[in-house]
Amino acid sequence: MSSRDSILAAVLKNQPPLTSLPDISGFKVPEEDLVEKYKDTFSGIGGIVYSAANMEAVKNHIRENFDTGKRIVSTLPALSDVAEFCSASVEPHSFEDVELAIIEARLAVAENGAVWLTEEVMGHRIIPYISQHLAVVVDESVIVSTMHEAYAKIADEEYGFGGFIGGPSKTADIEQALVLGAHGPLSMTVYLIK
Amino acid sequence: MKGTQDHAALAEAFNKDEDRVDWHDGALWWIRQKRDRSANQTPQWEELREAASAIKSNVISNLHDYLLQFEENLKRNGVKVYWAADAEEHNQIIYKILSEKNINQMVKSKSMLTEECHLNEYLAERGIDVINSDLGEYIQQIDNEPPSHIVLPCIHKKKEEIGELFHEHLGTEKGLSDPTLLTRVARKHLRNVFMTRRAALTGVNFAVAETGEYVVCTNEGNADMGAHLCEVQIASMGLEKIVPERKHLGVFLRLLARSAIGQPITIYSSHFRKPRPGQEMHLVLVDKGRSALLARPDFRDSLKCIKCGGCMNTCPVYRKSGGLSYHNTISGPIGAILAPNLDMKKHADLPFASTLCGSCSNVCPVKIPIHDQLYKWRQVIVKEGYSASRKTFSMKAMALTLSSPEIYKTAGKTGRWILNHAPFAINNKFNPWYKQREMPDSPKQSFGEWYAKNGSKS
Repeated sequence: MSSRDSILAAVLKNQPPLTSLPDISGFKVPEEDLVEKYKDTFSGIGGIVYSAANMEAVKNHIRENFDTGKRIVSTLPALSDVAEFCSASVEPHSFEDVELAIIEARLAVAENGAVWLTEEVMGHRIIPYISQHLAVVVDESVIVSTMHEAYAKIADEEYGFGGFIGGPSKTADIEQALVLGAHGPLSMTVYLIK
Repeated sequence: MKGTQDHAALAEAFNKDEDRVDWHDGALWWIRQKRDRSANQTPQWEELREAASAIKSNVISNLHDYLLQFEENLKRNGVKVYWAADAEEHNQIIYKILSEKNINQMVKSKSMLTEECHLNEYLAERGIDVINSDLGEYIQQIDNEPPSHIVLPCIHKKKEEIGELFHEHLGTEKGLSDPTLLTRVARKHLRNVFMTRRAALTGVNFAVAETGEYVVCTNEGNADMGAHLCEVQIASMGLEKIVPERKHLGVFLRLLARSAIGQPITIYSSHFRKPRPGQEMHLVLVDKGRSALLARPDFRDSLKCIKCGGCMNTCPVYRKSGGLSYHNTISGPIGAILAPNLDMKKHADLPFASTLCGSCSNVCPVKIPIHDQLYKWRQVIVKEGYSASRKTFSMKAMALTLSSPEIYKTAGKTGRWILNHAPFAINNKFNPWYKQREMPDSPKQSFGEWYAKNGSKS
């Protein structure tokens, strides 16, 4: 018998009688201002939140706060005069020198500050992880309260790869001292668009 | 190698440096407090724990079908699936995947399973070099030591010791111990590793039967750096990592990081479903004692564990004895109930490394009755004849004393006489109970003697 078959046979023999799944539809948080809650949570985790009236304001903020002499990539057509367009068809290693990546999230979670990104909006899977700094444009209307609502939105979404990202890469492995920028981005900025 | 010493002996060695014990204790208690703040700020926290526990009960009770469903969906998504009965088979599978591609270097993100399987050593013997990319695990690897904590692998090390390791292995200036500067050096070094490795292995936090996707959680981004740059992506997972549907991830992702370190969610919660164009994706399902654990009704709930480490941070014995004294990859209370299932003789001491205070069960996000299981393992271990001989002898002596009123009376009298007249016979280093304890003042008479004298008066 193959390992597969013997493992499955042992599991079937040893597993206890079937118990039912719980109802998880009852998790609700009290009415709250989702935008304010999101801002508080995300800045609490070490992220930077900037409320922008429009994409012009985003561009100005980028020019003032990032080194535009270095490589900036984006999947947002509106940012084509500050960033080069990143394509999924190139070799991932070619993004090693990216200073700043700006992408758009279509879902953000107030309780933990995370944004949901699929590979379509990333441009390339490696982009939000390899760039030195990450900026994400989020329309205020896509903020949900908890992870339960987030999964309700992505319940049937088709993706090859997707991820929640909840701030700049971090570690506290050396004596519990918090250091931002472990292997991924050193900073993460969220532009909230009204 | 300290392989032959038990928890008590290793803890005693750790306890020689009292300042370090206090520092270690304080660091972990601080994390426990962060967990409390975070849990208290989350509405319906207890209901969340209930839900997580009930979902995992369902998984355990329907694991066979979920595994088949997961396998079918993995294949549909273009992922190659393997099944391994034990560590040896797991390691052979990984070696075969790599050697067929002529790969002799791999980068690995945190995976307690592959640590338990001693994958790195197995591959090293066959000429394949593995680098652990989680910073704490990397530090432990260059120091040739196993992780002392499943979430905080080098929590027992001082920054000066890490600085010394970096000086030796990465050529940093002698005496450099600033955590930010050391992290920057590791970042630069490991970037080069990520950029040059053709294969990357990750662990799995959750595997969704419904969709065939698996979720990997990190704060550092190391799993993603490895996975998205490599051409051969491998994931190793224990059978119990299954969750039925995607929506159940909401429950577990809300609990995991809050329970672990008091953070609302891990920075990266990556959902891997299909390989990217030109990439291969392999997934190894590992039994290694799990199907046998299902057959132990008193202990099968330990398969619910989501490896948050919360029970370690709160455990008074863990905090004061250090993770390495458990001589097992997974230390602390959860390690002490998982390890005897795999090798009862080797790990017979671990269920005794507890005060049974129950704090572990109180913080467990999936409500494993950890302290009950510790107590039950003690009984199994003694019954099977694996307990330490000194402990068995004293337990038998106690059972005899308690079962005979005459012996009980005489023993009580003798004990009180010794404590009052010859305390040195008890208060000496040959009595393990006297260590770090003051013996109490002994009463002049037993309750029985007092009652015989005074009982009739009222």
